[in-house]
Amino acid sequence: MGANFIEILRKSHSVILEKWIDSQSNIMTFNDDLISNQEIREQAEELLSAFLKNLNEDNASNGDAPEFDEVVEALSDLSISRAKLGFSPKETGVFVNGMKNAIMDTLEAGMTAAPAELYAASKQLHTLFDNFNIVTFETFIRGREEVIIRQTDEISEISTPVIRVWEGILALPIIGTLDSARTQVVMENLLEAIVETGSSIAILDISGVPAVDSLVAQHLMKTVAATRLMGAECVISGIRPEIAQTIVHLGIDLSNIITKASLAHALRFSFQSLKLEVRKVQIPANR
Amino acid sequence: MSQMISVITKQSMLIQQDQDVVPFRNRVKECAVKLKMGLVNQTKLITAASELVRNMLKYGRGGQVLIESVSKRNQFGVRLVFIDKGPGIPDITLAMKDGYSTGKSLGLGLPGTKRLVNEFEIESTVGVGTKVSIIKWCNG
Amino acid sequence: MEKIPILRMGPFLLVTIQVDLYDRLALNLEADLIKTISDTNAKGVLIDISVVSIVDSFMGRIIGNIASMSKILDAETVVVGMQPAVAITLIELGLPLTGVHTALNVERGMELLRSKVNLSDYSSSEDEDEYESDDQRDY
Repeated sequence: MGANFIEILRKSHSVILEKWIDSQSNIMTFNDDLISNQEIREQAEELLSAFLKNLNEDNASNGDAPEFDEVVEALSDLSISRAKLGFSPKETGVFVNGMKNAIMDTLEAGMTAAPAELYAASKQLHTLFDNFNIVTFETFIRGREEVIIRQTDEISEISTPVIRVWEGILALPIIGTLDSARTQVVMENLLEAIVETGSSIAILDISGVPAVDSLVAQHLMKTVAATRLMGAECVISGIRPEIAQTIVHLGIDLSNIITKASLAHALRFSFQSLKLEVRKVQIPANR
Repeated sequence: MSQMISVITKQSMLIQQDQDVVPFRNRVKECAVKLKMGLVNQTKLITAASELVRNMLKYGRGGQVLIESVSKRNQFGVRLVFIDKGPGIPDITLAMKDGYSTGKSLGLGLPGTKRLVNEFEIESTVGVGTKVSIIKWCNG
Repeated sequence: MEKIPILRMGPFLLVTIQVDLYDRLALNLEADLIKTISDTNAKGVLIDISVVSIVDSFMGRIIGNIASMSKILDAETVVVGMQPAVAITLIELGLPLTGVHTALNVERGMELLRSKVNLSDYSSSEDEDEYESDDQRDY
């Protein structure tokens, strides 16, 4: 009995396709310059064909059925390509739902004599399409996640420079939030620089770190501890007054760490530690 | 940690004596290098493996380790499963607290090891044995 | 049976760890070192770990032991050449390595020792050379 609705759908293949495409052209959100009508038609046809071809009475409510792999793949490709073209996930979702609506309308028209079967078929198809919608969403998000991961890596690379301010003295201006992933990058860069340059003092300037809570403080302390294991010393500078206040209120103990208000102070301290002196040079009276 | 993880390669090693530790560590390193894991993460993984395998020898009377390269969604990693038929750990919560010590260890074994890896699971039954599973992702 | 060589450099001893230490080797090292400190009246010990890529709590304990034992015999210990990845891992692992000084390399390590150690009560007629204990112990 269930096979009936599948046959109806297969016979109405082109009717469904036209209904679907018509419904899309009524939607104002479509960007004509991003995708041509011809492409829309081709994508719709591909999806509809894959769907109708593989639909049978057993898998009518199971989106995970292996027969639908082709459909899922087509959906994923569609989602990713739309994402790359700049469509919002809503626009893509609306497009896919267009197929569902076209199918439901067609079914309704073709099964007026059998309301009970129509209801049963509708239930199954709705479950199926819910699955498909989820696939569309997941693919979209995964695509975005990949971009974010790539960008995060790039940002990590460029935002932790190690500067040799003087022989034996390194400076690291840390800009942005200091999470555990970032901390590992900072530590790695810093320690390797210490080995390469034989530096004995590293100045960590945190004026570019927006917020310092217990977790960030922990990351800073780990960095200081690691530096000490390498036989060098760490000075933390650039502590804004609000940060100092937050640190005390949170009960964070920085007594083991050398802190200076500014990079300049930290530098002076470093020179002193290395027994270096900066003096104004006297220019002789006659040239 | 079990869902959605696929196993790419799998090998097993028997650990029965001190001399098995180094070859084991080398195997783990090979696995990590093949997945192009960075040096710091490699070091953390192998150090964690070293801690756990020594535990297994010292308290568990030796056992078996599964070395697997795995993947989940976008990332690849190394999973190690340590299985022994030793006396078991009576109070796991206590063992996981920093500062816990039964032997002459520094009392840092399990909690410290857990910090080195991304996923850590431990099951133990007194009189039966212990099973510890860890995963270190390449970009973890 | 491998033995880790102990090099003598004036009032200091230098131990370079190049192989993975396992129980017996580690215990032997501790014993050798202590005996040598005592025999030579050494004031400092440098442990070079520049080719050690994994330091776990076992190794950490050995180093800690060496530092404590040396201290009892009035010698300071400096660990030199720690690799960055090892340092980062040790911090995460939470190994305290108390009582152990660290330096970037042997040269810096010796400078550090000189600044920390009272050399006035050091006396020995021997120059820098490789010092091995006389008794051939059967391992």
